[in-house]
Amino acid sequence: MLLISCPHCGPCDETEFHCGGEAHVARPHDPAALDDAAWGAFIFMRNNPKGQFNERWVHAAGCRRWFNMVRDTVTHRILAVYPMGSRPPAGLGHLGAAVVEDAQ
Amino acid sequence: MKQRFSAFTLLRNGLSWHENWQRQWRSPDPKPAYDVVIVGGGGHGLATAYYLAKEHGITNVAVLEKGWLGGGNTGRNTTIVRSNYLWDESAALYEHSLKLWEGLSADLNYNVMLSQRGVMNLAHNLGDVREAQRRVHANRLNGVDAEWLDTAGVKEFCPIINTSPDVRYPVLGATLQRRGGTARHDAVAWGYARGADARGVDIIQNCEVTGFDIEGGAIVGVQTTRGAIRTSKVGVVAAGHNSVLAAKAGIRLPLQSHPLQALVSEPIKPVHDCVVMSNTVHVYVSQSDKGELVMGAGIDGYNSYAQRGSFHIIEHQMAACLELFPIFSRLRMLRTWGGIVDVCPDASPLLTKTPVAGLFINGGWGTGGFKATPGSGHVFAHTIARDEPHPLAAPFSLDRFTTGALIDEHGAAAVAH
Repeated sequence: MLLISCPHCGPCDETEFHCGGEAHVARPHDPAALDDAAWGAFIFMRNNPKGQFNERWVHAAGCRRWFNMVRDTVTHRILAVYPMGSRPPAGLGHLGAAVVEDAQ
Repeated sequence: MKQRFSAFTLLRNGLSWHENWQRQWRSPDPKPAYDVVIVGGGGHGLATAYYLAKEHGITNVAVLEKGWLGGGNTGRNTTIVRSNYLWDESAALYEHSLKLWEGLSADLNYNVMLSQRGVMNLAHNLGDVREAQRRVHANRLNGVDAEWLDTAGVKEFCPIINTSPDVRYPVLGATLQRRGGTARHDAVAWGYARGADARGVDIIQNCEVTGFDIEGGAIVGVQTTRGAIRTSKVGVVAAGHNSVLAAKAGIRLPLQSHPLQALVSEPIKPVHDCVVMSNTVHVYVSQSDKGELVMGAGIDGYNSYAQRGSFHIIEHQMAACLELFPIFSRLRMLRTWGGIVDVCPDASPLLTKTPVAGLFINGGWGTGGFKATPGSGHVFAHTIARDEPHPLAAPFSLDRFTTGALIDEHGAAAVAH
């Protein structure tokens, strides 16, 4: 079981959280301009790294707020927790192909 | 010449204290070049090599396995075999597989201990009932045996199940596939390995693929921890590590790797002679020939390559199990483990060519790959040998995530993926 430090509530059991998959996947600015392959890539293609992974979690049974995490998918060690809309701490994680000029 | 297994050889070797059995497959060093290289020595990869040799006459084949044969998901699943899928494409593929299962022990001269003891999928609410009955009709139209049982029928088929109307999720009925059941998971890997080896396939363990050599958009070889191997065709069948390998060839796959956990109880006398699966309370339970109850449920929600998951998943499936089978409440659980499954967005597999000529991928089986082992290998061997998809594999191409022709078995299959 993971012990996850919610940025708002502090450390809580994993059972209070829900994993929302890869972080920093930006919705295309002009979806109508994409061809099928680019749209399919946005909908279906996600990074699946063995190692550091940037992912979103929501504290569903707590403050119900979303946040980002960098977690190692081999050791399960949580390397960083950082707010939605911000970039990961320097040197952590791998941003996906679809990322993200507009993560402010 | 490979020794054939029979009552006579069993008796003869018994007389010499079972000390003179042949090794079942060789452990050759890799040759510098092969016609086909299969990456991944689990059931699907070994089956692919076997059918390449048997059906297509391609015997200059290597199976590269980074660990030991069947040490991944082939050795970690709950051994359930069935074909009662909703959609036409899935039903055709899994039924093809089930038909191969039915002749597999004779075909391989290896007892895979297929036990067609019947698989029940329970319905606990009106939505379940409607979905299940729809699936029964769809199965029958596709030539897959399926029956609908009411609550009394469930109790008759599996007397130890709790059919009281007073529980939180009462059993309102079930679908039953009598041809479904269980098989011996290790024997499947070993049987295919022995059969492939006898036809000339080199099975090379402790040999990890570290990269692909690609020239002009076509595969020309693989790099491994035991040196470079030249080849013009590579089949990647690496389950949870498919994304990692595909990335080495510059290909993105719509896969996410998750832990899937299972557990067994201490062995007890025969008490449960069928397979019970419940989507709603979410557990599946059968009893192995050794007497252990074998249980599993859903994946952990996060991505992982760690072959272990979180304990609350186990707690949840035990709660579900005890709701269905109060008789098991004083059993002790012996061990739990996890395997890494690669899940597609539509919970259907990938059996596909790729943008790299000569590179083929067989993956995305998610939580339901074991039952598909023979069929998967059979159609994937065809796809590799002919360089075009087998008709049953064609709907499972990578293209479907561009065209939108998904095979959405999430929730449509008999148990959640």
